[in-house]
Amino acid sequence: MSLPSDPSPAIYVSHLSKRYGHTVALADVNMSVPRGAVFGFLGPNGAGKTTLVKLLLGLALPTSGEAMVLGSPIGSLDSRRQVGYLPELFRYQSWLTAREVLALHCRLAQLKRSSWPAEIKAALETVGLADRADDRVANYSKGMQQRLGLGVALLGSPQLVLLDEPTSALDPVGRHDVREIVRALREKGQAVFLNSHLLSEVEQVCDQVAVVDNGRVVAAGRLDELLARPQVRVRCTGLGTGVHHELSPFGVITEEEGWLTVSGIDPSRVPDLVAAIVAAGGHIYAVDPGQQTLEERFLQLIQAA
Amino acid sequence: MATWVIAALTWRELVRRKLVLALLALSAIVIGVTGWGFSRVPNLHLNGHLLTQGEIHSAAAQLLLLVMFMFSFVLALTSAFLAAPAIAGELESGVAQGLLARPLRRRELVLGRWLGLSLTIAVYTLVSTTLEFILVNWTTGYLPPQPVAAEAALLVEGLILLTFTLALSTRISAITAGVIAVIAFGTMWLGGVAGAFGQVFHNAAISNVGVVTHFLLPTDGLWHAAVYAMEPPAFAAAAIHGLNSSFDSASGPSAWYLVWVAVWLVAALGLGLVSFESREA
Repeated sequence: MSLPSDPSPAIYVSHLSKRYGHTVALADVNMSVPRGAVFGFLGPNGAGKTTLVKLLLGLALPTSGEAMVLGSPIGSLDSRRQVGYLPELFRYQSWLTAREVLALHCRLAQLKRSSWPAEIKAALETVGLADRADDRVANYSKGMQQRLGLGVALLGSPQLVLLDEPTSALDPVGRHDVREIVRALREKGQAVFLNSHLLSEVEQVCDQVAVVDNGRVVAAGRLDELLARPQVRVRCTGLGTGVHHELSPFGVITEEEGWLTVSGIDPSRVPDLVAAIVAAGGHIYAVDPGQQTLEERFLQLIQAA
Repeated sequence: MATWVIAALTWRELVRRKLVLALLALSAIVIGVTGWGFSRVPNLHLNGHLLTQGEIHSAAAQLLLLVMFMFSFVLALTSAFLAAPAIAGELESGVAQGLLARPLRRRELVLGRWLGLSLTIAVYTLVSTTLEFILVNWTTGYLPPQPVAAEAALLVEGLILLTFTLALSTRISAITAGVIAVIAFGTMWLGGVAGAFGQVFHNAAISNVGVVTHFLLPTDGLWHAAVYAMEPPAFAAAAIHGLNSSFDSASGPSAWYLVWVAVWLVAALGLGLVSFESREA
């Protein structure tokens, strides 16, 4: 494996695979997440997102391949010293108070004892739990427990924060708060690895994304590059069944609710497309050029995979 | 250091969940009830006269063995119930994932849990048995010949089952680990009883069942060590000629047996540590 040049990226993954019996959870994954980047790892349920996070933290063992976290091999103690983690299944000691849970993680994260009060106070205020800090976790709602998990992940200003479905239990206000927290982390130069199937939150905060499906990365890159593929939507009627084949040289054709979408089209060829539709007997009511949304691109990638 | 953090966390959990309080309160109730029973012994009549001091001691010794037999059973169940979810339950609930994502070695988690649980079992055993012995001595004048050895044997019996269950808990679900441990404990006890019958009827094959079970999972062997330490010498002498049952023991444990118990304990703990190293969390 060729090691990345110094400074090492926040995450470096090389040909990483994970199998559970005959089930392939991850297959030959390669990726690199620069330090300070906000990276979105997208995929449908069961695609392998959580498996990757568990591998990065040494919670699960890879079947093959290698990976480094902050320059240290995954599973090593060093790789976990500067990492904050919000698990998908966020559960904390229900018999402790939130303040005590945070103190426990300060201790386990080996933070200086003198810094604990400030770290705990900052975490509680950031996630909006300062007023309930001395309540037992058992009395917390699911959303409050997820906020606590986020606070735990932020302790000690780690260089990498792994957030696995961080808004799954949160209301719209909570989701907005998470986006603000992620943006603040980016401003401080902390890398964020955001595991999610909620495309809107990824679209709003991530610089880079990878799309995973059935354990395979089907697309990866900067978000603006991934969405750079121009498309045009044409509202038309009167087209025969074979017209998709005729129009395929213009781009990838999809049709939904009376709208014909041509993705990847060269914008200068839109007039030619319109002419071709008319020549094929179509009646055009509207032409809407624009860029794909992440959702459209995501669905396209998943369907193609 | 992280081991002690987890050990302290475990102890704190058992205190917060009021388990330590429940154990001590229940012990107080049992000791109170049995204490009342022991206090009646000197007033018992046999053939129209009060019991002699020797008869009182004999009756107290038999009753004490019965009480401690029940205690050893409760101790075994408590050990299994405490250890079964200690690792598996944390994994199933997701609490362990948050801990293991920190720079915490897996062996530190297992060892910390073991230390915290062992401390609880030790406090429970030593407080309960010491108070029971004091009460029996106060009410009847009887004191087991080797009270410290008896307490030690009972404590190690609890630790053996605790360690066995914890090792299972690193690999299988909490409920399965608990059930296996309890069944294993019961089977070893039955094996011990079978072995005693084998001795009485001079049947080497059946007798060997007892020997094997004492080595396989040394809970029944340790119970007999505790019995030997608690019974008057006359009981031991009688056991040589009669049924070496669950309530009497002809001889104390050999030095080699104690070494085996120590090796067994360390090996079971080691297996648990090694097993958890490769467990998917």
